Amino acid sequence: MRTERTIRRRWLAPLAILPLLAISAACGASDGDSGQALVLYSGRDEKLVQPLIDDFEAATGIAVDVRYGNSAEMGAQILEEGSATPAAVFYSQEVGAVGVLEEADMLAELPQDVVDRVPARFRPKDNNQWVGVTGRSRVIVYNPDLVDDVPEGVLDLTDPKYAGKVAWAPPNASFQSFVTAFRVAVGDDQARSWLEGMLANDPVAYESNNEILDAVNNGDIAIGLINHYYWARALPELGDGLKAKLVFPKGDDPGGLVNATAVAVLKGATDNPDAQALVEYLLSEEGQTHFVDETMEYPLVEGIAQPDGVPPLSSLEGLQVDLTDLESLEQTQTLLVDLGILD
Amino acid sequence: MALTLLTVALTVLPLVYLVIRATDRGWGAAESVLFRRRTLDLLLRSLELSAIVTVLCLIIGIGLAWLVTRTDVPFRRFVQVAVGLPFALPSYVAAWSWIGYRPGLAGRTGAVIVLTTITYPFVYLPAMAALRRCDPALEDTARSLGHGSWSVFRRVTLPQIRPAVAGGGLLVGLYVLSDFGAVATMRYPVLTHVIYRSYRASFDRTPAAVLGCLLAALSIIIVALESWSRRRRRSAKVGSGAVRAQPVVALGRLRWPSLLLPVGIVVISLGIPAWGMRRWFTQGTSRADGGELWEATLNTLQVGALGTLAVIVLAAPLALMSIRHPGWLSTTAERAAYAGHSLPGVVVGLSLVFFGIRFATPLYQRLPMLVMAYVVLFLSLGLGSIQSAVAQIPPNLEDVARTLGRSGFAAWRSVTLRLSAPGIGAAATLVFLTIMKELPATLFLRPTGFDTLSTRLWDNISSLSYAAAAPYAVTVVLLAAVPTALLATLGERRARR
Repeated sequence: MRTERTIRRRWLAPLAILPLLAISAACGASDGDSGQALVLYSGRDEKLVQPLIDDFEAATGIAVDVRYGNSAEMGAQILEEGSATPAAVFYSQEVGAVGVLEEADMLAELPQDVVDRVPARFRPKDNNQWVGVTGRSRVIVYNPDLVDDVPEGVLDLTDPKYAGKVAWAPPNASFQSFVTAFRVAVGDDQARSWLEGMLANDPVAYESNNEILDAVNNGDIAIGLINHYYWARALPELGDGLKAKLVFPKGDDPGGLVNATAVAVLKGATDNPDAQALVEYLLSEEGQTHFVDETMEYPLVEGIAQPDGVPPLSSLEGLQVDLTDLESLEQTQTLLVDLGILD
Repeated sequence: MALTLLTVALTVLPLVYLVIRATDRGWGAAESVLFRRRTLDLLLRSLELSAIVTVLCLIIGIGLAWLVTRTDVPFRRFVQVAVGLPFALPSYVAAWSWIGYRPGLAGRTGAVIVLTTITYPFVYLPAMAALRRCDPALEDTARSLGHGSWSVFRRVTLPQIRPAVAGGGLLVGLYVLSDFGAVATMRYPVLTHVIYRSYRASFDRTPAAVLGCLLAALSIIIVALESWSRRRRRSAKVGSGAVRAQPVVALGRLRWPSLLLPVGIVVISLGIPAWGMRRWFTQGTSRADGGELWEATLNTLQVGALGTLAVIVLAAPLALMSIRHPGWLSTTAERAAYAGHSLPGVVVGLSLVFFGIRFATPLYQRLPMLVMAYVVLFLSLGLGSIQSAVAQIPPNLEDVARTLGRSGFAAWRSVTLRLSAPGIGAAATLVFLTIMKELPATLFLRPTGFDTLSTRLWDNISSLSYAAAAPYAVTVVLLAAVPTALLATLGERRARR
């Protein structure tokens, strides 16, 4: 009988730990809620964005609560939240996620003088509902140990000498934007025949730019198609361990599309001066320079120093595509599904 | 009863949401996704992957559970804990390590390896709990009737642990259907690919919702088949069984060689990810912030404990009801709970965003909402383990206790609760470990500025700070060791012979 009772007690002990843990943790940890702060949904990571927000808070005295996540999934979250969304400002990794909110009529108009700070191709055509913040170029990344003959642009990659050596990420939003730009700038037929040429060369499909960079750097594959800032961000982390090198496609090669990150104010915060102040801060010299220094991204506001170590934005403008013309994403996806590149 | 209604309401939320979203652009759009040739291909591929991984997990899980409960394998206590730990690894962390180690594994082989090594504890933990609950007298009787060891195991032991093992197998199968991290990294396109892709590339929620409905329907069919096959058997013992030591199989000459099995599995399941973490750490120059790591650890423990508590409190009465008085209410809740487990986290997360902000506005993006999400996602984990424990308890035992003068509650506490304690322990462990590594729903529903180990891990990885990410992954595994160790060691309720 005594053994039974001790047995029961031994069982109760660990079970009793749970509520204790829950209560003590509930008392100890903060809920992360600080009342009336401005809420920013950021599709870009905390390590990059938070230092800038800290500076903004110090400079203006405006408290900001930042929610970090994946741009596309945050876009979907704001769509589901609808007009009740707690978000006042949304800073997205890509134009697509703010574009979908623009279409759903969820964004506020930004002042004309704010959107005028960036070139017309980095803001909406028909309204002022979002504005580009930084630019990133599509690039070819390669491992010098595995490539003798370095390609100059994506058009070279259909050459049989690159058979089985090229990685791409068809599910990735920026890859699809690149194909869309290809279609818009050069024409549907040429885009299709380039894709077919690539397919004949057995490209390896990855899920994301990160994975491609990792694979090229480790020597798993020779060449990949990514955005330039992935490489730039890996540089301080890996140092000499970053073997991969970049090619910026020039001239009229469609591989050199320059895409943008974008910021928008939600309708609920239309009259919130703090939200406007945050948008303006991202476009200020401090904001722009921060991204240039941390990620080698291109500043979109005129007169800000360009990043070192990458070709200037002006030399990449062979492919003159308006970002707002990249809305025909659905045709791109149909094409990719049609060719069996996308599921 | 009120509790059961609440549970039902919670578990059917994602399904209601899926139907709303699948049809909001009309049936035409839904049909065009559903009746594509490619959808069928991917569906068959998902089912195949799920079947292969489930069979492997059953073999490994039952084998290991038997080894650590019934034999004299060396370092038994230590092995008991160690083989449960791979469960703490998020699938994408394991997958990245594997693909870094052997890039050639990409594809089905890699997906099978990664998913098997991180999900076999779904079977191992409940099987271990069930083996401990078995009445040794039954096995002794069989042996006295002339059955050999294998025959006893197959004809007496296996039927007794069958509900627990089948429940575990079900969880493995449904988890594989819902997983995205491992199959994405291994570049093996299955149904979840299309779901994530339709959110990420085209912001079109219809395909995801339609395929989510398909996954949910599939899991409901699988669960129905499983419970139908269970209904034809009875696994409760007739007597309470003597409180008596369970027989220990002497492995003899095989004693030391038998250690190779668990060691091999742990080396493969934990060793490769450990190698991956080491590579992250030595390659990178970023460093994790100690304060942030500590805060994330506390937050993880907090949501883990709250979530586990909520799941157990809701799952226990439901499990009891579905075994003792099965009716449409408990069946609905049970099926919906399993359907929730087969859905990718992003779908369940968005469904709670949709309902939370409309009907529970003050709770939106606060802790109670996050805990509710964990209940929807992981109720089935608790349910299976507790159900199998309750199924092994003869109903008339409680009646006997009542005729002997105990009140209804006291009888329940001293009989049902006590006998199902190992099952509840296994359930709590499973749920706690799974909450620790959950990511998509946590990202959607956590309070703004609230970070757990998995959100920090994800944030560091997405900013390419691999070296800063490594300590978070290691901490998750270390934290997982605690409940696993509790379960493994405190669960030995009988002194072994």
